[in-house]
Amino acid sequence: MMDKQLKIGPYTLSSRLIVGTGKYATLELMQQCHAASKSNCVTVAVRRERLVDKNSGRNILDFIDPKKYILLPNTAGCFTADEVVRVARLGRELLDGSGYQGAQWVKLECLGDTKTLLPEPLGTLEALKILVADGFHVLVYCSDDVMLCKRIKEAGAAAVMPAGSPIGSGQGVLNPNAIRIILEELKHNDPAYPIIVDAGVGTASDVAAAMEIGVDGVLLNTAIAGAQDPVKMAQAMALATEAGRLAGTAGRIPRKLYATASSPWEGRING
Amino acid sequence: MEILLNGKKMEIPEKATIGELLALHKLAPVRVAVERNGEIVRRADFYTVRLAPQDQIEVVTLVGGG
Repeated sequence: MMDKQLKIGPYTLSSRLIVGTGKYATLELMQQCHAASKSNCVTVAVRRERLVDKNSGRNILDFIDPKKYILLPNTAGCFTADEVVRVARLGRELLDGSGYQGAQWVKLECLGDTKTLLPEPLGTLEALKILVADGFHVLVYCSDDVMLCKRIKEAGAAAVMPAGSPIGSGQGVLNPNAIRIILEELKHNDPAYPIIVDAGVGTASDVAAAMEIGVDGVLLNTAIAGAQDPVKMAQAMALATEAGRLAGTAGRIPRKLYATASSPWEGRING
Repeated sequence: MEILLNGKKMEIPEKATIGELLALHKLAPVRVAVERNGEIVRRADFYTVRLAPQDQIEVVTLVGGG
């Protein structure tokens, strides 16, 4: 049976994996990893154009096919609501008329400090309200606090994206029960509301585990870009996303303390 | 005249447009977004908006990130 496609704001994703474009040794390697990940949505950051050293200036977009990928501009590296709003608007301007899909949405990231890179909840909510009023479909990176996630949904976020663990830490989903409660609370009477685990993934089993819990998708970057064989890891992430989604929707058996035999008891020759 | 481009002082021809400034730096207009004194300049206006002395210009592009 065909799975329902994930829809966030005006965009429909063909895969439940969203991947980053940062930290790759080369742009060619990034391109190969994107292909292996089977994702059709990649997130990009907004930065000052380098005005010197333009000879090496290959643009990342030369390695992202506008026919295959939707771009998700992000506000990575912002620490206040004002910075977030400014960068989001510049991202929209970059995408508008660029030939790429993605001008209508943004991944909101408002960080608290440079050491933990944990999301700053008050700035996040403040920026969210401004961006929603400005017509953006906002995907909100946030901590796995259930009440905060509720407030973010109420403020009009197109998707809530709780962190599994700190950005780039590779610790996986540290508090799966918090994610479970977020899913229950936010999907109550609204089962299609998108919840994405964003950040902290270390390896494929983290993705599979998150998908089994029932999140709608996973966003990751470092787990692929930082792997020893990034292309192989990207392929693993594609399989894990699919396996986790299938297992999560297949209805697993309950956990029991004691064994239940798989072979029939009757007819044993020594019986 | 002097402007501030991405935080650095720079001499450019009098009354240059944003489009001319980008051309000076070999930047393709379709790959950048521009702020002039904190306000976004639409791409369609790159060749009509003329810069003034001490303008603060930000030119940004998309880069790899997560």
